[in-house]
Amino acid sequence: MVAVTDEKQPYLASFDRLERQRPRPSWIDPIRRSAIERFDELGFPTTRQEEWRRTSLAALTRIPFEPPDAGRGAPDAAPLPLGAVLDGADPGSRLVFINGRLARQLSSVRGLPAGAWLGSLAEAAEEHRGLVEPHLARHAPAAPFVALNTAFLDEGAFLFLPKDTILAEPVHLVFFSVSGARPTVTHPRTLVVAEAASQARIVETYAGDGVYFTNAVTEIVLGENAVLDHHKLQDENRSAFHIATVQARVERSGSFSSHSMSIGGALVRNDLNAVLEAEGADCSLDGLFLAGSGQHVDNHTAIDHVRPHGTSRELYKGILGAGGRGVFDGKIVVRKDAQKTDAMQVNRNLLLSDDALIDTKPQLEIYNNDVKCKHAATIGRLDDSSVFYLRSRGIDEKAARLLLLRAFASEVIGRVKLDRMRSRLEGAVTALLSEAERVGRAS
Amino acid sequence: MLEIRNLHAKVGGKEILRGIDLTINRGEVHAIMGPNGSGKSTLAHVLAGRETFEVTEGEVIYEGKSLLEMPPEQRAREGLFLAFQYPVEIPGVSNMYLLKAGLNAIRKHQGLEELDAVEFLALVKERMKLVDMDQSLMSRSVNEGFSGGEKKRNEILQMAVLDPKLAILDETDSGLDIDALRIVANGINTLRHPERAIMLVTHYQRILDYVVPDRVHVLHNGRIVRSGGKELAVELEAKGYGWLEGEANRAQPAVS
Repeated sequence: MVAVTDEKQPYLASFDRLERQRPRPSWIDPIRRSAIERFDELGFPTTRQEEWRRTSLAALTRIPFEPPDAGRGAPDAAPLPLGAVLDGADPGSRLVFINGRLARQLSSVRGLPAGAWLGSLAEAAEEHRGLVEPHLARHAPAAPFVALNTAFLDEGAFLFLPKDTILAEPVHLVFFSVSGARPTVTHPRTLVVAEAASQARIVETYAGDGVYFTNAVTEIVLGENAVLDHHKLQDENRSAFHIATVQARVERSGSFSSHSMSIGGALVRNDLNAVLEAEGADCSLDGLFLAGSGQHVDNHTAIDHVRPHGTSRELYKGILGAGGRGVFDGKIVVRKDAQKTDAMQVNRNLLLSDDALIDTKPQLEIYNNDVKCKHAATIGRLDDSSVFYLRSRGIDEKAARLLLLRAFASEVIGRVKLDRMRSRLEGAVTALLSEAERVGRAS
Repeated sequence: MLEIRNLHAKVGGKEILRGIDLTINRGEVHAIMGPNGSGKSTLAHVLAGRETFEVTEGEVIYEGKSLLEMPPEQRAREGLFLAFQYPVEIPGVSNMYLLKAGLNAIRKHQGLEELDAVEFLALVKERMKLVDMDQSLMSRSVNEGFSGGEKKRNEILQMAVLDPKLAILDETDSGLDIDALRIVANGINTLRHPERAIMLVTHYQRILDYVVPDRVHVLHNGRIVRSGGKELAVELEAKGYGWLEGEANRAQPAVS
């Protein structure tokens, strides 16, 4: 299997080089090393594997991505497209990462309660090892891209909320990539540890310029009764690759809500795993994904009901424009001990063109019989009779179609409680429809 | 106001309208009656511009303009209104939004100033009294979760707000209980106006007890087989539609 070795080779070589350049040893080194070994062993997934059947990585593995130049710090000034991203961000504390490095000049942390911590994960690992070590790389699955991320773990973001801490304002984590002479790969890593009865809102934004590869991993640990509202805005450049895993572990009566919004990128794969580890844990997963010409967006979600009285609500909506390709794969597992589980999953997809494609696959695995589980998946087009109804009231055809499309997306967008993010999403929906109509809409 | 000449239309290769001739003047109420499948609804939808139906022959002159060349929204802006037999549910779009967007598009086209939120709300509140509708329905999604009667009343409300010159009511009376029927009929009567024409498409004679038409036309197999005054509706009520078969056969050679 020479070809396989070749695909991994640039990553293995980069690892060796970075390891040699590292100025001082750290307790993380063995974790990185075992992760690269794991990656070497697994290799890149192929479409022969069930979880990757609909998403080919051929385009990704063909490009020799390189880590950003070692030693080069993050620039102090924002590159132009980043300025627009930052202007569009809602108020709150913010950490800005450029090519994986924390840009301190662009970052600001405010209103943090005593005992809470927000900043560089690398720094926290050294200064607050006791907070980081019990969780880092212990929750996300040992899958190839997670292993690769761990192997290249660099600066990263860390949020720690002690018991009973409530953050009034959202925390923004902005990951921005710029390619230099060669296509760049970064491995953003985020760890969120929210202790009992704490509460926060987090917004991860991914954007960039040029051809690059973002391989992100976020681990979230929610203690008893903790509440976390997690937003992810995947707004990558249309020629970028984005592969990411969000892993949330929810303890007793904890509540995790996720708003996963995917509007950019060329090849995108989002894995979102919520493990409802203890009794009465709750999660709500909202998703919106848009794909137009040249875009492939794959969303895999998994909700694991481990203990009784858990609740999960999942609503993913896909809008596929001309040439757009989407995948939704939603798994719900209800374990033997998870009686009285109440789970509901809905995936609705709208095709704006004959040339759009969606694969949707709900999967329920239920191992006890005292549960309430429902799922639904639909694929449709903008309804002609609705368009006609609106037109018969004087609204022109284009406005009617846009109105219906926004109405379709509004169920998910409306639950995003951040004004600027909402308007960014609405703008993206409008642009996708215009693009589809330019290319020629379905008859 | 409306002149339909030799109108033919088909859907999926099947000819539904087979030569309709009809003239409606301003201020008049015309009832279009006929059995199921006679082409009543098709006629209403063709006039409103539904693209599912293909007009194969004939013309329609509305206010001196060729109606069939206009897209549906332009017909609405020129003052044509269709009350749907089965109003569409549109989740995520509020009634209020739809009405305001529609009204302002129409007003703009007619060279009138667009209404702001306050003026619009005042207008809607006033017109809602006509149809005895609960104001809470306005902030809900268009027709979503409305009862059959609420949907029909909502159509009449839209008509009252959009203030059309020609209103086509497609079986607005079907499926209504007597109380709702009276409310809808009362709404229609209030909107009767010397400048407005109304085409009342109906399957049943009962609504004509409340809304007295100037003319009654009987549609059968895509043609108007009889026209008369309001007494024709009474005759139909007594005789049913069974006698039409013979009538249609007699009419056929004259047209083809």
